[in-house]
Amino acid sequence: MQQIVYFIQKYKYFLLFLLLEVLALTFTIQSHSFHKSKFINSANAITGEFFKQSHSFFEYTSLKKENLKLAKENTVLRNALDLKNKEIFSYKIDTTFHKNIYFTAKVINNNYTKKNNTLTINKGRNHGLTIDMGVISSNGIVGIINNVSANYATVLSVLNGYSKINVRLKNSPFLGTLTWDGKDYKITQLHDIERQAPMQIGDSIISSGKSTLFPEGIIVGTIKEFDFKDKKYQNVQIQLSNDMSSLGHVYIIKNKHKKEIKQIENNND
Amino acid sequence: MTKEIITLCFRFILLILIQVLVLNKILFFGYMNPNLYILFIFLYPLKKERSAFLWISFLLGISIDFFSNSGGINAAATVFIAYIRLSTLKLILNKSDLDFKLFKLGDESLIKIVSFVTILTLIHHFILFGLDYFSWKSIGIIFYKSITTSIFTIILSILSILLFSRKKTANF
Repeated sequence: MQQIVYFIQKYKYFLLFLLLEVLALTFTIQSHSFHKSKFINSANAITGEFFKQSHSFFEYTSLKKENLKLAKENTVLRNALDLKNKEIFSYKIDTTFHKNIYFTAKVINNNYTKKNNTLTINKGRNHGLTIDMGVISSNGIVGIINNVSANYATVLSVLNGYSKINVRLKNSPFLGTLTWDGKDYKITQLHDIERQAPMQIGDSIISSGKSTLFPEGIIVGTIKEFDFKDKKYQNVQIQLSNDMSSLGHVYIIKNKHKKEIKQIENNND
Repeated sequence: MTKEIITLCFRFILLILIQVLVLNKILFFGYMNPNLYILFIFLYPLKKERSAFLWISFLLGISIDFFSNSGGINAAATVFIAYIRLSTLKLILNKSDLDFKLFKLGDESLIKIVSFVTILTLIHHFILFGLDYFSWKSIGIIFYKSITTSIFTIILSILSILLFSRKKTANF
């Protein structure tokens, strides 16, 4: 017993060092698992408020660019509306008609140079957000919500080593998985594409609609290059349509049928 | 004594603010962000009681992690260089026993400051990027990023040490 006390006293500095390192590594490993980073993230009240303040200070510098982007989106939506005008007004619309509800939020902290990038947005549980909702901008997919607090949420960006998004080719119904290798923030990788899928450089990639996160048809990017070796597609590089380095307003998608879909899927197991 | 504590608190908060608000947004050449906050570790006074120092450096690292959503990688790297700081200093100054009270980093010769800062910064950045990527496949990119970012951090650290610690000696 005395020996143990003596040992602890002699090496207490080293033991404290070990303890702190283990603590730090625990936080690190915890943050790597998708839903468990409860403690160290910028969705908590202190850091969220802090980023909101600093963001509101620098916000005006990007106003012009942001306005242009919104105006452009308005034109696109107006054109789309014009095509569908008749269809829309001949429907009887009630609130159960919409499958998806969109919320808008602002990105108050953005990073895209690390291996595992996350964003912080200024909406949270109080505004109706929950974990596992898709986030898009006017130019394409941004990521998936992985943490919510009362007024803030963090988003697992597509530029994250742990992000996997189900996508498909626009011209043909072949599915694939979108991941990121951590090198260039403009380019992501596409995996698991069937070998009979017709693919060409410049083809568009859109969300598949097979998950409840994103509705079908949201633009992701275009094929930049690929190899066809050993009778399968390899090294498929996707040029993102979204500029992840300058995100302002984003939309969060809430799928109203998600609970129902999940329930019926679980019944099968 | 109290003056020293106030200075330390002030420096602690100031370095975190600079790191989070300014330096994490620089993105030199598209990806480089200097980690100037470890300047706190270099400048912390030498004391016999070292446990408090480890706790403070853990707190410093975890605060940076809070703001950058990176788990505990900054904390792990910062605690490590805090732990090896004294032995590195002894190695560089070629002394087995240091005068804890009178020692000031800014009073040493430039070459010694540079080598001290360089060794600790390289180790810190290597742990930081190593934990961030955490795979043997990306060992190349880990080395590349640690070395390029270190150069940036070292230059900023040396400039800050020279600017703020040498006031008294520069006056005569």
